Amino acid sequence: MMKPAVLTGEYFMTGDVACAEGALAAGCRFFGGYPITPATEIAERMASRLPQVEGCFIQMEDEIGAMAAVLGSSWAGVKSMTATSGPGFSLMMENIGLGICTETPCVVVNVQRGGPSTGLPTQGAQSDMMQARWGSHGHYEIIAIAPSSPQEIFYLTITAFNLSEKYRLPVLIMTDEIIGHMSEKVIIPEAKLIKTVSRPKPKGRKDRFKPFAPGPNGVAPMPAAGEGYNLHITGLTHDEKGYPVMTVEAQTEMMARITEKIQKNLDDIIRTDSYLLDDAEIVIVSYGVSARTSMAAVAEARKLGIKAGLLRLVTIWPFPEDQIRELADRVKGFVTVEINLGQIHREVERCAGGKVPIFLVGHPGGTLIHPDKVVKMLKEAF
Amino acid sequence: MQEISVTSKKQPRHPLDDLIRTDRIPHIWCPGCGIGTVFSSCLAALKESGIDLKKTVMVSGIGCSGRAAGYVKLDSFHTTHGRAIPFATGLKLANPELNIVVFSGDGDLFAIGGNHFIHAARRNMDMTVICVNNLNYGMTGGQVAATTPYMAKSTTTPAGNPETPFNLPLMAYASGATYVARWTMLHTRDLTDSITEALCKKGFSFIEVLSPCPVNYGRRNKQKPLDMLKLYQEKAIIKNHADPSKLDIDFEKGIILGKFIDLDRPTFIEHYDKIYRPSRLQENVSGLNS
Ligand SMILES: Cc1ncc(C[n+]2csc(CCOP(=O)(O)OP(=O)(O)O)c2C)c(N)n1
Ligand code: SF4
Ligand SMILES: [Mg+2]
Repeated sequence: MMKPAVLTGEYFMTGDVACAEGALAAGCRFFGGYPITPATEIAERMASRLPQVEGCFIQMEDEIGAMAAVLGSSWAGVKSMTATSGPGFSLMMENIGLGICTETPCVVVNVQRGGPSTGLPTQGAQSDMMQARWGSHGHYEIIAIAPSSPQEIFYLTITAFNLSEKYRLPVLIMTDEIIGHMSEKVIIPEAKLIKTVSRPKPKGRKDRFKPFAPGPNGVAPMPAAGEGYNLHITGLTHDEKGYPVMTVEAQTEMMARITEKIQKNLDDIIRTDSYLLDDAEIVIVSYGVSARTSMAAVAEARKLGIKAGLLRLVTIWPFPEDQIRELADRVKGFVTVEINLGQIHREVERCAGGKVPIFLVGHPGGTLIHPDKVVKMLKEAF
Repeated sequence: MQEISVTSKKQPRHPLDDLIRTDRIPHIWCPGCGIGTVFSSCLAALKESGIDLKKTVMVSGIGCSGRAAGYVKLDSFHTTHGRAIPFATGLKLANPELNIVVFSGDGDLFAIGGNHFIHAARRNMDMTVICVNNLNYGMTGGQVAATTPYMAKSTTTPAGNPETPFNLPLMAYASGATYVARWTMLHTRDLTDSITEALCKKGFSFIEVLSPCPVNYGRRNKQKPLDMLKLYQEKAIIKNHADPSKLDIDFEKGIILGKFIDLDRPTFIEHYDKIYRPSRLQENVSGLNS
């Protein structure tokens, strides 16, 4: 039975389900997945919803195949997605790299759980943040975003698709078990209020078209297979035609293209949010579910007369370096709050450049960080 | 005898040139390698079949055989090692109008990519898979493969292969392929006909093509470049509809070639549409974009 892609209304929904609904609202019509806690509910929702909107769902034989199928589907011109957790994210890494190298738009959701290895399948963590940055081999730029609520995952999934289409790369949604399994109010707006972006399409003569010749914002238009362009797409280092060229010059040129399209559009890509940051002397840097912990801690600290504020990272990668640098010039210190033992913490440290002290409130994974722990740190350290 | 003259005169066009990215020639394949012959059979079959080439895509994995995608003048994807089939699965599901040809090596399709092969066959995913079986990993310098004969030498089995190779047609049949054949690159006419037939056939088709790798396999197994071809000629036994369980390659007793399986069953997309998208069947919709 056909149903609308945008289920306008007010719901009590889990983050996982809201993520699937956000994808559909963004125009996603293909999902290739493999079950894994705590991301399975995204696949399950897509399995029942996609055929209702003329889309296609397939449960692949593993996450390697799932990621490959997502890339293939994207090259057939369809907005595509997969969702997984740590072990599956590890398996997807090689093909995420193929997506980067071949500039293939798609969205990969990681509902993080405690690791390493099988770890804590049913309990949350934020410990794949560096894997999101550097997990595939080679040097590259990536976009990763971290939602803090089911409502936000709905919107940020749309954002993720829009960014992936605009900049032609896999965009990672780095959520966690807590957000994925938490039920909250989610408002789905009317379809006409949702802005969706689709990959730039080529114009002009098909026989002269070069699939990797960048347009004005550094991104090349992208045709689909079957449109008569005789595309050649390879994970080997390639020139603007897409042909393999095994030279240092070609590598330099290709690397510039795939990194600069991100580096030169940071203002368009990076989003942060803040809470009582304007007059803050101590800045908590946090993201995802831990940003909620941190918000409670800031409110509590203010009551105690501590001038704390929160910088919530919505975009994790590319990292909001300039913002941290500017803050480092005017505040007394930073506290990073995250469910790992210091991943984004090191980034904050790097950007603060030794100007002010930086502390970590981390946790090895399996549960939320209690706001009291953050308040305690604020009291003791400053 | 034909006179060979070196002049600046334009070379006549080869009948398959319009299917080749001539701007990428010379290719990487070694002298004496069989891949080029399999590739040209595939191109001839693409022409012969009459399928819409604008809607035809070649997908390869990694390896010498996998380089085919880089020379064919069609939409073509050179993916990651072992992942041509799942990549092709995504293409097909997103646009069922596309004709899909997977062209890759034995290591790519049956070692690192073996799991994808059996599942695509089980699903009867509509695609034609051509495997160049050169009995080893050519590209990386001649290591043992899942197809290397027992006791054959390779760089990683210096005293002989202690493992048993796969019977590929049996595996394809057991997994659910609806078309299964085996030829050698020497049997170009049969091979071309077989690929043509597979391209026109709905469902998961598999063609194994034995092909020499004189540089890495032949050299280590006391075979001169022509020896493998002689074996193909002398030991070939054409036996259509042979029992798939009796198709182990035996270079002494004989190599059974032919079309072994040709049957019909609904494809993944046909099942999916029937169960999940009945409205699509009525309206005869093609891509997912509509
Ligand atoms: C993940 C990964 N592992 C290993 C390799 C190295 N590698 C490249 S080609 C190849 C084997 C190819 O063998 P086959 O598929 O039989 O192709 P052939 O070269 O024999 O035609 C290997 C192991 C790789 N590219 N990627
Ligand atoms: S290494 Fe072997 S398979 Fe590869 S091109 Fe040379 S002869 Fe052919
Ligand atoms: Mg091989």
